[in-house]
Amino acid sequence: MAPAAANSIGLRFEKVEKRYGAVYALRNLTLAIAPRECVALAGRNGSGKTTLLRIASRLTRPTRGTLEFSENSKEKTPSVGFVAHATMVYDELSAEENLLFFAKLLQIPNRKERVAELLREVGLAERRDSLVRTFSRGMRQRAAIARALLANPSLLLLDEPATGLDPEATSWLTEHLRKLRDAGCTILMSLHGDSEVARLATRAVRLEAGSVAADTHSGATFQSVFLFSGN
Amino acid sequence: MALLSNAAALLGKEVRTEFRSRELLSTTIVFVLIVVVLFSFTFDPTTGESRRFGPGLLWLAFLFAASLMLQPCFLREQTNDTLSALRLAVGDPFAIFLAKIGANTFFLLLTEILMLPVFAAMFNVSFWAELPLVLLTLLLGSLGIATAGTAVASISTQARMRELLLPLLLLPLLAPILIASTEVTVGLMQPDPVMQWKGIGFLAVFDVVFLTALWLFGEYLLEE
Repeated sequence: MAPAAANSIGLRFEKVEKRYGAVYALRNLTLAIAPRECVALAGRNGSGKTTLLRIASRLTRPTRGTLEFSENSKEKTPSVGFVAHATMVYDELSAEENLLFFAKLLQIPNRKERVAELLREVGLAERRDSLVRTFSRGMRQRAAIARALLANPSLLLLDEPATGLDPEATSWLTEHLRKLRDAGCTILMSLHGDSEVARLATRAVRLEAGSVAADTHSGATFQSVFLFSGN
Repeated sequence: MALLSNAAALLGKEVRTEFRSRELLSTTIVFVLIVVVLFSFTFDPTTGESRRFGPGLLWLAFLFAASLMLQPCFLREQTNDTLSALRLAVGDPFAIFLAKIGANTFFLLLTEILMLPVFAAMFNVSFWAELPLVLLTLLLGSLGIATAGTAVASISTQARMRELLLPLLLLPLLAPILIASTEVTVGLMQPDPVMQWKGIGFLAVFDVVFLTALWLFGEYLLEE
């Protein structure tokens, strides 16, 4: 089923700095992301990709600088879906219980139907009653993606979303992200190297030592952002 | 309304996962049982002595048990970074605290109610006639321990020496609860039981102050 049309959300990081003690994760970073854009973040380990995503999700507050959401967004608080390094699901609950629990917190209408639909789409319908702790890495990642997509988010943040996924699941993820992007969802994703998912991006940004080192739209220089990222 | 609905959903999840694993409850109950039995052997109490120092020992056992119980309440959320998922899903972070406090109070009360007959038998005391007042004291004392303890647990989880930090911060902070609860319980254990409403009032004020502080500043405790 095609995802419902989402409200379009734009982001603007203005001179953002994030320090952990004496270590800079982000330095004076300014980056504007237009509504409906699909941006791939590239960069070596420790270049600040994850920190940028966590600031975008408002889980982490920047040490300096500001993050603003576009003024024309209809929602006061944009709905954010986040697939992080950790799965953000409970090991002691089943896949279905996890999704129903988060759907309840997000106050999603017809949550049983929505959860059943997502379980089917991510290929976990047959294991819906199994505890997540019995899942393989790839199955956990599928559950994590399903959790992030529950509310049809208007902003989707993905930190290496294809980690642990088999080719079939990666293709499904790519196709689903394509539909979300076309429906107006703004996507910001960190990726390791050029991949099937990376080809969805309409823009690629390479971070180095917490700053933007390259910023390019689809074209001849697009793949070089990943090639030079050293991953 | 969303706050209460989210808190109820979170509380349901806490209770479900605990009753599924029974890790916290079984550990805490066994711990309190061992402490109560050891105390009774160590002091060989007669009824008179029991009435004097028994309540203090009982509340001390509950306090140590609570510090065991409170440690994992936020630590568990770190395993898969589920705390971040909760922060993204709930509008008001106070819902997370309300649910954790509710669950910790419930588990602590359950432990206390199960251990009360054991304590009465080992220390040869009887306060069944005053049971409603004893339960009120247990409820207010447990709520105070859970409220302050949940706040401290959320801070200590992000620290490096978290196992040491929680009891170091928690035990001095809970000294007023320990003193007030002990005094009220001593009064209820006398041959002519006396209800010390001043102590009950103090426990209620402690609970309200900490709940209000968490409501106002809890958001900052959950930040990275």
